[in-house]
Parts: sequence; structure tokens; C-alpha cells
Amino acid sequence: MSKKKTLHVPDAPFRPGDKPNFKDLNLPKAGEAEKPDISVDPSEIRDLAFSLVRVLDDKHKAVGPWNPKLKPSVLKEGLRHMTLLRIFDDRMLTMQRQGKLSFYMKSLGEEAVAIAQGMALRPDDILFPSYRQPGLQFVRGRDLVDMICHCITNSKDNVKGRQMPVHYSWKEGNLVSISSPVGTQFPQAVGCAMASAYKGEDNVTISWLGDGTAAEGDFHYAVNFASVYKAPVILNVVNNQWAISTHKNFSSGDATFASRGIAYDLPSIRVDGNDFLALYSVTSWAAERARKGEGATFIEVFTYRAEAHSTSDDPTRYRPKDEWKSWPLGDPLERLKNHLIDLGEWSKTEQKKLEKELDDLVIKSYKEAEKHGTLNDGPWASEETLFEDVYKKPPRHLRKQRQELGI
Amino acid sequence: MPQMNIIQSVNSALDIILEKDSKVCIFGEDVGYFGGVFRCTDGLQAKYGKHRVFDSPLSEGGIVSTAIGMGINGLRPVAEIQFSDYIFPAFDQLTNELAKLRYRSGGEYWAPVTVRTPCGGGIRGGHYHSQSPEAYFTHTPGLKVVMPSNPYDTKGLLISAIEDDDPVIFFEPKRLYNGPFDGDHKKAALKWDTHPKGEVPEDYYSIPLGEAAIERAGSQVTVLTYGTMVHVAREAADSSGIDAEVIDLRSLVPLDMDTIEASVQKTGRCVIVHEAPKTSGFGGELSAQVQESCFYHLEAPIVRVTGWDTPFPHSLEWHYFPSQERVIEAMKKVVED
Ligand SMILES: Cc1ncc(C[n+]2csc(CCOP(=O)(O)OP(=O)(O)O)c2C)c(N)n1
Ligand SMILES: [Mg+2]
Repeated sequence: MSKKKTLHVPDAPFRPGDKPNFKDLNLPKAGEAEKPDISVDPSEIRDLAFSLVRVLDDKHKAVGPWNPKLKPSVLKEGLRHMTLLRIFDDRMLTMQRQGKLSFYMKSLGEEAVAIAQGMALRPDDILFPSYRQPGLQFVRGRDLVDMICHCITNSKDNVKGRQMPVHYSWKEGNLVSISSPVGTQFPQAVGCAMASAYKGEDNVTISWLGDGTAAEGDFHYAVNFASVYKAPVILNVVNNQWAISTHKNFSSGDATFASRGIAYDLPSIRVDGNDFLALYSVTSWAAERARKGEGATFIEVFTYRAEAHSTSDDPTRYRPKDEWKSWPLGDPLERLKNHLIDLGEWSKTEQKKLEKELDDLVIKSYKEAEKHGTLNDGPWASEETLFEDVYKKPPRHLRKQRQELGI
Repeated sequence: MPQMNIIQSVNSALDIILEKDSKVCIFGEDVGYFGGVFRCTDGLQAKYGKHRVFDSPLSEGGIVSTAIGMGINGLRPVAEIQFSDYIFPAFDQLTNELAKLRYRSGGEYWAPVTVRTPCGGGIRGGHYHSQSPEAYFTHTPGLKVVMPSNPYDTKGLLISAIEDDDPVIFFEPKRLYNGPFDGDHKKAALKWDTHPKGEVPEDYYSIPLGEAAIERAGSQVTVLTYGTMVHVAREAADSSGIDAEVIDLRSLVPLDMDTIEASVQKTGRCVIVHEAPKTSGFGGELSAQVQESCFYHLEAPIVRVTGWDTPFPHSLEWHYFPSQERVIEAMKKVVED
């Protein structure tokens, strides 16, 4: 076939009606990637930007140098958070369909990202997530009722009903307010880390953005500053293949995202985002580097967005319906569960019991949250809060406008 | 004549212009294969090909800057910014580059770029899916700024915007995409299918930029407004018994001062209504110009009804969104003064 001479525009590999086939991904086997010392010269580990750090193999065993050798109790905690996140997401989606939330976004298929990475950090490490990492809050013990109060925008929503659902903010948990304009958090996280270094503190800052968002200028500001100042920061691109309907081919072409870090002289690692152990391990490594003054680490988290982008989206219009089912890296929750079962530490019955327990917890928390009001009938944050927090103190013109509104 | 909503009338304008001018290409986030998150470009890639209607990386700065380059090299790009709340990563390219290219090159270079972007509130979108950022752009010499309020005007104005050799920021009030909205959110949502301005010819037509429309003729007070607020102001006039003349500006830059002056000189009173915050909003400019040209005809101070000087809230959306009641109160005040 001769190529028509005109502008090249890429396409997604598979569209509705196609049978997805991910053979071309050429995934390395679990255990293959080497684990360098934390003080390694980035130029010596460029391979890691093209490979894939994997620990859990197809037989549910943890293998290779990146195996973090976690205690079963830690694995069980991870499984609990991931199970909770999945149940929480399902419940919130159901309630959104019933008109009780204005909007929602799930993390299906990506539960391991926030949870494993969050668990590998210290509570004083500072989080700059995107909307796709709500699981961090479970790791840090946030009250479910508070999370739901935000999602249903009632009087107990700590952001006072000002943001759409899933745009959490949680000062106590060092989770910085989530913004809709994508990618803005990335360079802010670098600045936050620069401040820790400036103050001589050893806490680390971590941020995430998506494959699509890695096309924004903010992405480049962040990696450059992180490298120049050796900031104690962990920068993650969560490559879940899709940015709404736009395939990651429009963001990175055939190159890996991790390979971008090489040009900025940062250790750059590509990790299986559906592998709890690999994520935990790579994040611990990066955090240790940052704490010891070795500077930033750049990570591509390789995963798949299993659900619609948000409740406003219908992915059957732009990708094969069951594409996720063909995703060669499987389901992160199942993989961790099967590993625990393989270790003799868990069973299907125990998982069922856990699911029931967490489902009850979410339902109970939801009912409790509704005592503080609902999206449609209130009570919401009181009317005068409309004029608060624009500035530290409302200036004259805002006080006047408040009177005009009669409050 | 076919009835269209605003999504369909945008689509129809783009379809006609793609057919007519092979130099027109359309791109932006999710606009190609998928047809846009609001479906405005639905079917156009399939009809005209991937190189004419295509997806872009998620990068507003990238979209506008490459559109400028395409414009310099003979194309007539129509770029979509998915929500006007996300136009700011492109701010430098819009205000320092696109706006000033013709001037700074002594007229040698220009870029006939149209930037389409949904704006405004009323969809429970919180502050990042509700903003009305028109004033940042009206303040920048070199940019034309348009905001229609109905399907008929949308198509005619969009065709003019694309054919214009100057850059145009084309704001589409998203609350109006599927139907008119008079500010009463408790009422069942209306559709365009019975509205006279929902009648849209299939064929080519254009409406010149810089001509306001008299949405409702009246004698007691002039209401200057645009976008969603046209419908709120109209209903306020109809239901209050005040014989207001509601002017739909349609184009903010260039501004149709002739129509505005004629109306204010007739009524002697003026109310200005927009969704955007008050301080440095476009209403401030309107008020100043009316005062400059109609001072001796004014019988009462001009009153502005606008969004508050706060970010656009989520749960308290209807406390923010300028209501019919506030418009009526302002009209009464001005008429009784
Ligand atoms: C600056 C900006 N532009 C556009 C949008 C609209 N938008 C929200 S999410 C999204 C896609 C993001 O995709 P990706 O970065 O891959 O993250 P994912 O949703 O897959 O987690 C877009 C285009 C936005 N929120 N902010
Ligand atoms: Mg993505």
C-alpha cells in the first residue's frame, strides 16, 4: 500500500469491533530486571527505562532482585485496601447513577498504584496525586465517612462543596488538594520537595500524572527542575494507555514514558503497575534515594484504565469493549490475592468474608455520611462559605457582595 | 427547516467549512475518532479523513502554538480547547503570540486560527468546568471574542469566525448546548426543538462578527448580555412586566456600539448581565463605554448583575449563578431610580 502524502496522524491500536492483541508489547518476565544500588549513576541503568520491573510471576510467586520480601501482614493490609477501594468505587458509582453524586471517577485496574506506592512511604511524605489515586487515603487511615461527605458534597465536606467529587484534600494525611487542570501538581510537587531539602528535612514528596497529561508543559517543568536541584521527589507517569478517548500513542508514540527521564539524567524505571510487590519495591528504592540526598526518581507505572474515564464517558465508542480482559498484566487485586493464597496465607473464603465486611463498612459509612446532608437536598456548606477562603480575610468588596446576596 | 441544538449547529458549520475549504483542519483533545467530549465533531473524521479532523496530545499550549504555525503556513486551523477552564496553559501562546503576530511583523505574518471552547456554568461542574474567562481575552488587542446564545447564531458566527483572517476565540456556553436555559434549574430541561432559533438552515450562511442582536425589543431599560444570560435576562423581562430591551451582544470584540447606543439613548437606562465575576469582567468595559457615549441620556446609574468575585462553586452553584430574581431586582432599581 502506498502512503498518501499528507500529515501523519497516529491511531489507537484497537478500536471498537477489533480483537485486541497485546503480543507486541514484548513484556519481560518477572524477576528479569536488575536492581541497582541507590547511589547508581543514572547513565548505568538506562535499561530500566525500556524494561519492566516485575516481581509477581504467572504462578503467583514473588521472584527476582526487586522482591521486597514483605511480611504477610503487610501484603494482607495491601489487599484489604485494594479490596476496599474497589468496593468503595462500585458503591459510589451506583450512587452517582442514582443522582446522589454529581460525578465520579473509578480506579478499577489501577488500585495497586496508589496503595502499594502509598504503603512504601512514610506518613510525613507529601502526596500530590491526580484524581486517580484516591487509595492513598485508605493507606493513611482517612475516615470513610469524611471521604463520602466530600463525594456527596454535603455540609461535612471538608472542601466546603467547592470541588467536584474525587477532588479530595486532606491536610492531616499530607495529601495536597487535587486540581482538575491536569498535571499542575507535578511541578508543584518538585517545589515542595525542594523546600524539604532547603529546610534540611528528610521527608519525600511524590506525585502522579497520567500518560495523556505527560504531554502538558507542566510535565517537563517538573522533570527538569527535579533533575537540576536533585529534589527529593518521586515523579510517576501512570501510563494506563488511555486519556479519555485518546490513546497513549498521542502522548509518547512508541517510546516508553520512562525513557524521557533519561534525557533529564534521572534514574528512570518502568514498573508493572498491576504488580503490588514491584510497585512497592520501586517506590521504596526511590524514597530511599530521595531521603539519602541522591535526588529524584522518574517512574513509569505501566497499567490499564479498566473503566470509563469518568461517569461522563462511554468508552465503548472508542475502544473494544473487553480490552481490559486481554490486558496481559492482569488484575492487580487478583494477582496480590493469588500470591497470598499461594503463600498459604489467604483463601477465597477469607477474601469473600473480607469483601462482605468492607461492603458493610462502606454502606454503614455512606448512611452515616448522609446524616450530614445530601447533594440534592443539603444541608451543604453554609451560604456564607461562598465568600470565605477566596482570601485569608474577605476584603470589602466581597463583604459587600455577601450582603447583596442577603447573607 | 431542520431543528438543531448547538452541538449539531457547530457540527454543521464545521462540516460545511471542511467541505468548502481544504485548508481548514480541526484538532484538539478527543475531537477526532471520538468526536469530542460534547460530540461537536462527531462523524467529521470519518467523513473528511484523519488528517483533517484529528486528536491532539493533551496539551493546550501545544494545540494553540501548533495552530499558529499551521496558520502561518497557509492553513486555517480550528482548534478545540475541551473546556475554557483549561485554556490557561495556552495563555502565553494566545495573548503574546496569536494576538500580536500580525502587529509585531508589521503585517507580514498572521494566523487565522479559531479556538472553540465550551464555557460557563449551570452543569454542576465546580470551578474547573464552569468558568467564563472571556475578559482575559477581550483585554488582549488582536483577538476577536465571540459568544453565541442559540443554534442559529452559533452556526453563522462560527462560519464567520473561521473565515476571518484574524484569530477568534469562540466561546460556546455549554449549558445551552442541548437547550435554552432561563436560570431556573428546578424546571425540566428544555430542548431547542421548538425554539425559533433552533431552526438552522442546512446550507452555508454567515453572520458578521460585531453585530449584536435585539433578543427582545423594549422601551424601559436596556439589558446588555451574552451567552447563557441572554435567556435568563429575557425570561426576567418577560416575567417581571418590565419592558426591557434585551441585547444579545454575540460578539464582544468587535463590539456593536451602534446598537448599544441606539438602545440606551432610547431607554435611558442600562443593566449589564454576565456570568463571569464582577471585578474586571467585561461588564466593566460595557459600563464604561455606555457611560462615555450615553452619559447625557442616562437617567439612572448603570447596574451590573454578575457572578460573585469568588471561584465558581459546586454545591452552591445556584447561589453563584446570576438568577432571574437578581436581574429583575436590578431592572426595577434602574427603572425606579
Ligand atoms: C489542562 C486540562 N486539560 C484537559 C482536561 C480534561 N481532561 C480531564 S482528564 C483528561 C484525560 C487525562 O488522561 P491521563 O492523563 O492519561 O489520565 P487518566 O485519566 O488516564 O488517569 C482530560 C483531557 C483537564 N482536566 N485539564
Ligand atoms: Mg491515562
